[in-house]
Amino acid sequence: MTPRSLFDKIWDSHVVRQLAEDRFLISVDRHLLHEATSRDAFDGLRRRGLAPKSTAATFAVVDHDVSTLSGRTWDSYSPAAERISAMQENCQAFGIDLIDVNDPRQGICHVISPELGITLPGITLVCGDSHTATSGGLGAWAWGIGTTEIERVLATQALILRKPKTMRVNFNGTLHPGVYAKDLILYFIGQYGIAIGGGTAVEYAGSAIRALPVEARLTICNMSIEFGARSGLIAPDDVTYQYLAGRAHAPAGADWEAAVAQWRALPSDPGAGFDREIDIDCSAIRPQITWGTSPQDVIAIDAPIPDPGGAELERRGPMQNSLSYMDLTPGMTMEGLKIDFAFIGSCTNSRLSDLEIAAGIVRGRKVADGVTAIIVPGSTPVKRAAEAAGLDRVFRDAGFQWRESGCSMCQTLGGDSVPPGQRSISTTNRNFEGRQGPQARTHLASPAMVAAAAVTGRITDIRKLPAIGG
Amino acid sequence: MQPFTVVTGIAAPLLRANIDTGTIIPSRFMRSRSINMGEKMFSDWRYNLDGSENPEFVLNRAPYREATIMLSGTNFGCGSSREAAVYALLRFGITCVIAPSFGEIFTENALQNGLLPLILPEEVVASLVNADDPTLTVDLHACVVRTPDGREIGFSIAPDRRMALLEGLDETALIQRYTADIDAFRAADQNRRPWLYQR
Ligand code: SF4
Repeated sequence: MTPRSLFDKIWDSHVVRQLAEDRFLISVDRHLLHEATSRDAFDGLRRRGLAPKSTAATFAVVDHDVSTLSGRTWDSYSPAAERISAMQENCQAFGIDLIDVNDPRQGICHVISPELGITLPGITLVCGDSHTATSGGLGAWAWGIGTTEIERVLATQALILRKPKTMRVNFNGTLHPGVYAKDLILYFIGQYGIAIGGGTAVEYAGSAIRALPVEARLTICNMSIEFGARSGLIAPDDVTYQYLAGRAHAPAGADWEAAVAQWRALPSDPGAGFDREIDIDCSAIRPQITWGTSPQDVIAIDAPIPDPGGAELERRGPMQNSLSYMDLTPGMTMEGLKIDFAFIGSCTNSRLSDLEIAAGIVRGRKVADGVTAIIVPGSTPVKRAAEAAGLDRVFRDAGFQWRESGCSMCQTLGGDSVPPGQRSISTTNRNFEGRQGPQARTHLASPAMVAAAAVTGRITDIRKLPAIGG
Repeated sequence: MQPFTVVTGIAAPLLRANIDTGTIIPSRFMRSRSINMGEKMFSDWRYNLDGSENPEFVLNRAPYREATIMLSGTNFGCGSSREAAVYALLRFGITCVIAPSFGEIFTENALQNGLLPLILPEEVVASLVNADDPTLTVDLHACVVRTPDGREIGFSIAPDRRMALLEGLDETALIQRYTADIDAFRAADQNRRPWLYQR
């Protein structure tokens, strides 16, 4: 038999029917809804007089709009109330189990999906959100869709697709101290640009990926969309199975054994073909930080900001726009730049391991004067686990705000934003103009780098921060 | 879905690369049905912080206020999956965006709503900018763009996508024709992976 890739195998097992040369009807296993993109889809069902085809396959959560202030209720941030209440009414009307604001399972859709075992290896999973690719870290083919397609999946559990091209990125070697999954993916985007993924299904492989725990793999897959890929995949292995065992919506008992046996056949066969293959040497990667307004505007912490004059012609204009929006000049390094906000959160970096890394840096230190430092755990279970481990005390003692879970300052919906002209260092995934508020300036980095900047008040090379008490 | 056939109108040039859907419609304007997303489209560029119009921005200048076509840079509509970016463009009156490339989810969303994401090379898009007479005709029957000086520029689009736009095809209804196939697929799959079918 021809060797097949992980993606090929998932694709083949979900084709309901070929409709034309390059049009396939694909079955959708699981579907995740949130309040920010599903309202019109429910109205579409109503207009057509349709019911959801499978409420068992449909999961819903309130995450994007909700306030993250403690003591919150669904309507405590009034601009969000209209959409949250529509979500509550729609889920009730259509018989969908809603993980509401104060449900103990609540959290950012892409954080709770792995956490609750909604994401499983080898499944097709869609959500009306571009970062759905996050779930690829467990070996699911997961991709973001628009609202019309949400309605379609609700109505039919299927979508019409073209078969995407494939790409494999091999992260080889081992990581230097101070270098994390976030740095790997930012480095890759910096080297190859935001167009490299152009509609492909990407598989991440190589010894560095195999050495990563699940949560870090999710971080890598999360940012697939930032270079144009719609999905990112990492082959499941024992690390994956250990993570999933016992999760609420993962198979149990005899089903578990049968499922794992199926999952073990998923990894790409030796000799499987990819439309493109790229090798990355991880020993070349230093802590990364973005300087501009595109994820490809990224450099190592000790490297100078590039001169647009030396860039390819079509990149010069965007780089100049970036520099003027960010108020930076070519040749300067990012180290030492004063910041106003430090944000740890979002579906990219807000899981327990991210908070542990940040707490390791913050412990025994104080947030610098003039810095607003905010931690928003990715889910309510993450928050509770962090509190059980005493991490909340570490952060609070240092002067961080310790919040409830939600998207928060990732895109300003829950009432948090960076004021115009102010500078933020953030563990999120997008540094676009206005993403954290009109005229806000966002620098993307790992949780370690954000924690270091919060306590020094300046963008800091995490490798140079002296160990406390050591 | 609204069909797309032939559009003749003002083409507004906004030749920046990587215009993301969050720039087209910032998330804070998607929350309420009472917000006119056409008015809020490109809000951070179109209005100053005090809410006044930025006179420099192309859509605030005559004749571009009446634009029905937009000319833009590579990777238009990248970023967030929000279909609201398409709703905002349509609400403003823009039914066709001409650019060298588009974000993938944006393309899907556009095609589902009768907005044509038309791909032409960067230098050709630039050549369509005409300050004296910015009127263009986009003809999806003939797959050409016509300029005021009589040029005809061909473009290509997947045949099934073209037909769907011309007819205003409802893809959900199309899938529903295959309900029996979907049900058969799911029944067989339930034997293989029963855990996916229970809660
Ligand atoms: S955390 Fe940010 S990127 Fe992730 S789902 Fe929420 S808004 Fe989207």
